[in-house]
Amino acid sequence: MTQAVTGRDIEPGRQASGFDRPLLLTPGQDLAGFILNRVGRGALFMTAASSIVAVLLILAFVVREALPFFAPGETVAAASHAVHRLGELLGSTCWYPEAEGAAAEFGGLSLIAGSLYVTVLALVVAVPTGLMTALCLSDVLPFAARQIIKPVVELLAAIPSVAYGFFAVLMLAPWLQQHLGLPTGTNALNAGLILGLMAIPTIVSVSEDALTAVGRELREASYALGATRAETLLRVVMPAAHSGVIAAVILGMMRAIGETMVVWMASGNAAQIPSPWWDLGQSIRTMTATVAGEMGEVPKGSTHYHALFAVGLLLLAFTFLLNFVTEALLRRVRHGKGVV
Amino acid sequence: MRTALWVMSVMAANLGTSASAPAEAAEKQTLQIEGSTTVGPIADAFAEAFKTKPPGLAITVKKTGSGDGAAALVDERCDIATMSRFMKDKEYTKAVEKGFLPVAHAVAMDGVCVVVHPSNPVKGLTTEQARKIYMGEIKNWKDVGGPDAPIVPISRDTSSGTYETFHGLVMKKQKMADGIEYVNSNPQMHARVSTTKGAIGYVGLGFVDEKVKALEIDRIAPTKRTIAKGTYPIARPLFFFTRNYPDLGSIIHEFCTFHLTEEGQEIVEAKGFVPVTDY
Repeated sequence: MTQAVTGRDIEPGRQASGFDRPLLLTPGQDLAGFILNRVGRGALFMTAASSIVAVLLILAFVVREALPFFAPGETVAAASHAVHRLGELLGSTCWYPEAEGAAAEFGGLSLIAGSLYVTVLALVVAVPTGLMTALCLSDVLPFAARQIIKPVVELLAAIPSVAYGFFAVLMLAPWLQQHLGLPTGTNALNAGLILGLMAIPTIVSVSEDALTAVGRELREASYALGATRAETLLRVVMPAAHSGVIAAVILGMMRAIGETMVVWMASGNAAQIPSPWWDLGQSIRTMTATVAGEMGEVPKGSTHYHALFAVGLLLLAFTFLLNFVTEALLRRVRHGKGVV
Repeated sequence: MRTALWVMSVMAANLGTSASAPAEAAEKQTLQIEGSTTVGPIADAFAEAFKTKPPGLAITVKKTGSGDGAAALVDERCDIATMSRFMKDKEYTKAVEKGFLPVAHAVAMDGVCVVVHPSNPVKGLTTEQARKIYMGEIKNWKDVGGPDAPIVPISRDTSSGTYETFHGLVMKKQKMADGIEYVNSNPQMHARVSTTKGAIGYVGLGFVDEKVKALEIDRIAPTKRTIAKGTYPIARPLFFFTRNYPDLGSIIHEFCTFHLTEEGQEIVEAKGFVPVTDY
């Protein structure tokens, strides 16, 4: 059929396929086509919706398992109890959930701080490195070099996180102890460095795609106006690719905040906020590591069990919040650009 | 289609022959085991060794916790409760009320060694000093007779049986300081302590080698002998509990005395515990 319409095949004397078919479909064919269309659409929709459904189901499950932590009984005092528990989770740094009865403490502040420490550190490491690598790949290096280097960088993402963890414990930790004189090598710095390394391939890959997508016209126009290569890169190409670059940073951040195995092995897992706050040589513990490390043996249905889900919920809330904030920022950047 | 039918018929024939033998002798025997996660690996390995013994014996090992094991034994939901502690009087009373006496079979000893970097000159600690280190009250090695260097205390994750032993016997169930590091396996503990000069940690006896130094606790060095005899303070017996003493010759009896055989001793040692026998 399509061949027939291209015109090339309409030549006198040649039997074009499909031309001998009746113009009107039979009701059966009509119905079959209609059903096929609907089924196809439905199947595609289901596939597209499945990830959304999965997210909603996971969210519902986490909320369901976390709720008993805030409201163990359906009593009148439940509301004040919930406020008390939430206050403890967000305001206290004492984490001792495995204790029996009233001695148990559920202060998650140091865990939240731990997650923030490693995420920020990872971004400090990964964003400059990743963006510079991306710029280098898209605009500086010759095409042939890029064809080799980009897959190698992306290979970093294929290394399992346990392997990174072993590297952190067996190589980086002793190195930090020997060369920086730190008493312990599994600390905030170690976890941050490794997480940064893990986030680099994501940032490089996505932002390089965005930078390459900026057309040759913009670059040539910039050069034509007398801009140097550095000016072109920083003032023209980067702003033009900003949404892709920001998306790359968000993806890298998500990778860092959600990573579990590496931080469980590399961060030392001490439930404390470093003091003074800038002392990255101290051990910290993240929310993900807490859930992963304690979930294994916790009796199902205990307060500790529900507390871990509450931590998980908190983590989800943080990721959503971060996502929304970055989305909002992105919108403002776009808007600003439109005005100027 | 034809091959599939053929495979199915062969499988059915096999099932028939293997199932008919014990069915003629007696009804299918089952052994339900439930309890401690620490003792669970021993029960698992014993069950593996028993697999070939009486035909048709089905052993299930559940690892939920010592308390759950005791409750299951009292409710007759299991035949053997694996426990890393003795029964509490409440649990025992409940069993007596139900009309039977729980009997403890100590199958192995669980000893936890306090280890430091080999370059550390400190030879030993008291239980009190170890507790204070993990509570954050002693922070420098010079306070316990060592060099002027900060102590880096490392603990196992709170869900491990080793932690449970240490927490019970050294910490007396008190909370560890917030600055304690946690690692999630004995090998990782070994790696951290062997590479960190100021570190102190604890591992099972099977993980002590020349790369880490095991400290004397209350002047007693951890060895198989001192742990088996119970003189080393951070050691505890691991139990199988049964309702009354099992009938002699029964499968339960055989299972609960398996640790006294040479094969049983080897299994206990292979799992990193100290056997009660010495062949």
